[in-house]
Amino acid sequence: MRGNIGHTAQLFTEEALTLDSGATLSPVTVGFETYGTLNSAGNNAVLVCHALTGDQYAASKHPLTGKPGWWQRLIGPGKLLDTNKYFIICSNVLGSCLGTSGPWEINSNTGEPWGLDFPVITIRDMVRLQAALLDHLNIDKLFMVIGGSMGGMQVLEWLTTFPERLHSAVALATAARHTAQNIAFHEVGRQAVMADPNWNGGSYYRKAEKPDKGLAVARMTAHITYLSEDALTKKFGRNLQARDAVTFGFDADFQVESYLRHQGSAFVDRFDANSYLYITRAMDYLDIARRYDGRLADAFKEATNVRCCVISFSSDWLYPTSENKQIAHAMNAAGVPVSFAEINSPHGHDAFLLEEPEMDQMLAGFVAAAATSGGLKP
Amino acid sequence: MTSLRPDLKLIADLIEPGSRVLDVGCDDGALLDYLVAEKNIDGRGLEISQEGVNACVAKGLFVIQGDADNDLSEYPDGSFDYVVLSKTLQAVHRPRDVLRALLRIGKRAVVTIPNFGHWRVRMSLMRRGRMPVTKSLDKSWYDTANIHFCTIRDLFDLIEAEGLRVQEFVPHSQQGKRLKAGPKAANWRADQALFLLER
Repeated sequence: MRGNIGHTAQLFTEEALTLDSGATLSPVTVGFETYGTLNSAGNNAVLVCHALTGDQYAASKHPLTGKPGWWQRLIGPGKLLDTNKYFIICSNVLGSCLGTSGPWEINSNTGEPWGLDFPVITIRDMVRLQAALLDHLNIDKLFMVIGGSMGGMQVLEWLTTFPERLHSAVALATAARHTAQNIAFHEVGRQAVMADPNWNGGSYYRKAEKPDKGLAVARMTAHITYLSEDALTKKFGRNLQARDAVTFGFDADFQVESYLRHQGSAFVDRFDANSYLYITRAMDYLDIARRYDGRLADAFKEATNVRCCVISFSSDWLYPTSENKQIAHAMNAAGVPVSFAEINSPHGHDAFLLEEPEMDQMLAGFVAAAATSGGLKP
Repeated sequence: MTSLRPDLKLIADLIEPGSRVLDVGCDDGALLDYLVAEKNIDGRGLEISQEGVNACVAKGLFVIQGDADNDLSEYPDGSFDYVVLSKTLQAVHRPRDVLRALLRIGKRAVVTIPNFGHWRVRMSLMRRGRMPVTKSLDKSWYDTANIHFCTIRDLFDLIEAEGLRVQEFVPHSQQGKRLKAGPKAANWRADQALFLLER
């Protein structure tokens, strides 16, 4: 789970990273992967932002699970983000656990893992680290920043914080703030972790037992919010798991139970419980409009030269169309060139990771037009 | 570029170069695309169909999926030089509110309507006693999206009641051929009409 996996860069070695909380971090390590080649003009870089439990392995085999990249479908030669044309960067977000500084890392002041001494971070802090990574890679301006869910939140913060470094931006299935319901679900997840005796106040890294049970329950709850009721019904209905009748007990009688248990137990092998706390907290703290006296449009006032695309999915109840459309209307009101559509999909929030032909078509058009206007071949 | 539909060309001819244009119900973006290329406008679209949205985006246009009834309230006052509503006023739920919104958002509005007062429509209704189905109103009453039919004179009345000014009035045929006629005669003779409105 930890250590130097793939590329890493050590940043903020001289000047510390100042976080939204006021705390500072120095140095900060970031784990990242790249695909394709940066052209000589340096204008073909695409930053892909991952979601809550995602990582930098967007288009290559995951070192822990051995599974293909989470966005392999869209990144590669001849694909939407064509690695023959674009230089794709995907970095592990601040606070996460695959090579980037987070609560699992050794605090150089104490020689012990940070645990809960790691400062609380925000989505904008993640973006600040990404911007520093671009400096490290000698990239001034991105051709595109793109992401779904929490990745979309990072895209929005790129637009508020570094608009001059963007040519285009794509935010999928996302929100500019966490609603009470969003926070509520996250709190259930965090409480599940904290209720696990092995969590031990966040100090478990030197112990044999980790808060796996709590983290698994957190993942199970969250996983439900990523799917639609229809998707669950279609996939499982009330089907029983390898039995002909219910057992009048508490085994996983139903397929849906078995599925969720599997999701939970597979998750703990690749994710750190404290990282889960920190990243969910960062998402809960997101409320972009609040920094602008409640006027979301004002957040995007400096981004009028950035070509934007916002997409929602009809069955996504985690970050529903209303939240996404509000973002698009705010951008529009700020004079940002933006396209928006709600894609008809039965797949719930996870649709942004799945095959959605209407989305693919819209994105293909958007990327090609952005390339033409950015002086690249479409 | 040359194949812009004649009725859309009539609209395009009215738009000043370099202006900001919102096309409400922009379909595949043909008008906006033409205006961007020929008149260097800053164009935005509002379109309900995914097919239309995707066609616009592929042309490099910016379009929000939505409709006149529900989404115009999100646009700030005076944010466009022109707001275009082409053959859509008769299909919205609240035409009066939509008309007001057009001229709140835009300094000017270009509105085109199919004319329910056209002599073919009147003859059809009188002779057959059934809701008219003509070349430009080609769907039966139960299929049509048009729920608020009006005639040219009806729209003139509403425009007056709203205290708006008609800067240009262009009655025309379905093929986009201009008709030289005042409102009264056009109400008989014109299949469609275009209004350039100002507050």
